[in-house]
Amino acid sequence: MMLPNAVPVSWYLVLSAILFSLGVAGFLMRRNIITVFMCIELMLNAVNLSFVAFSYELKKIDGQLFTFFVMVVAAAEAAVGLAIILTVFRHRMSLEIDDVSSLKN
Amino acid sequence: MIPFPNLDVLAFLVLATFAVLCGLSVILQKHAVASALSLVGVMGSLAVLYLMLGAEFLAAVQMIVYAGAIMVLFVFVIMLLNAGSEKKGPPRYFAYFVGLPALAVFLGLIATFILREMPHTASVQFGAFTQGGPAPVGRLLFTQYLLPFEVTSLLVLIAIIGAMVLAKKEID
Repeated sequence: MMLPNAVPVSWYLVLSAILFSLGVAGFLMRRNIITVFMCIELMLNAVNLSFVAFSYELKKIDGQLFTFFVMVVAAAEAAVGLAIILTVFRHRMSLEIDDVSSLKN
Repeated sequence: MIPFPNLDVLAFLVLATFAVLCGLSVILQKHAVASALSLVGVMGSLAVLYLMLGAEFLAAVQMIVYAGAIMVLFVFVIMLLNAGSEKKGPPRYFAYFVGLPALAVFLGLIATFILREMPHTASVQFGAFTQGGPAPVGRLLFTQYLLPFEVTSLLVLIAIIGAMVLAKKEID
């Protein structure tokens, strides 16, 4: 198999799409709240990769700053989300996503 | 004699394979701690990919904030709640027979679009773009993006207070 001489930026974008799809698949399939939350982090990471790839393509660092902001929002989201998970567990004694369906229907 | 492959290509292929395998492991492992460790693998390989794309500062932040702080928070909560392996539930026909095929179609479409509509993107060479160090990023952050930066600090403050309020025991 012949390897190409250089990696185009589009390959990075395809990798980002693959990782994002893995995150969505995990979000659909898993039942544990914490794992679902980790799949959201996986999707955020995939989007960050495409921001950085476009930053390289355009030779401007604005995309990297967007990634920086996404990371800050992800940190805040993780803190609040895990606190919500703690509260849910304290009230329902369960981490199954199907048990937390008060808003359904 | 086999010609030695270009190191940029080799590094990308190795890291991308590792990232995808770790991503698969995140969604396939039954135990939450194993998923968390696989996610650390994804984040680590993404950090090296950021380095190759010239985002040195972001690579460091990725390792410290994501793989360090956020994942420690995850592992801490997993251990605090003693989250074991998932219990079997009723199968989710809608997710399996509508969601996943739709997702596969989405991935195929977007990959085709990227590879066909953007055939002449720049080729990535380590060291070709060196504007991602702390100095240029900081300069842009404190001039053009000063307002978003300050709003971010407000957001983090609200998140701290919100997490404290949500996680504290109710005093009856």
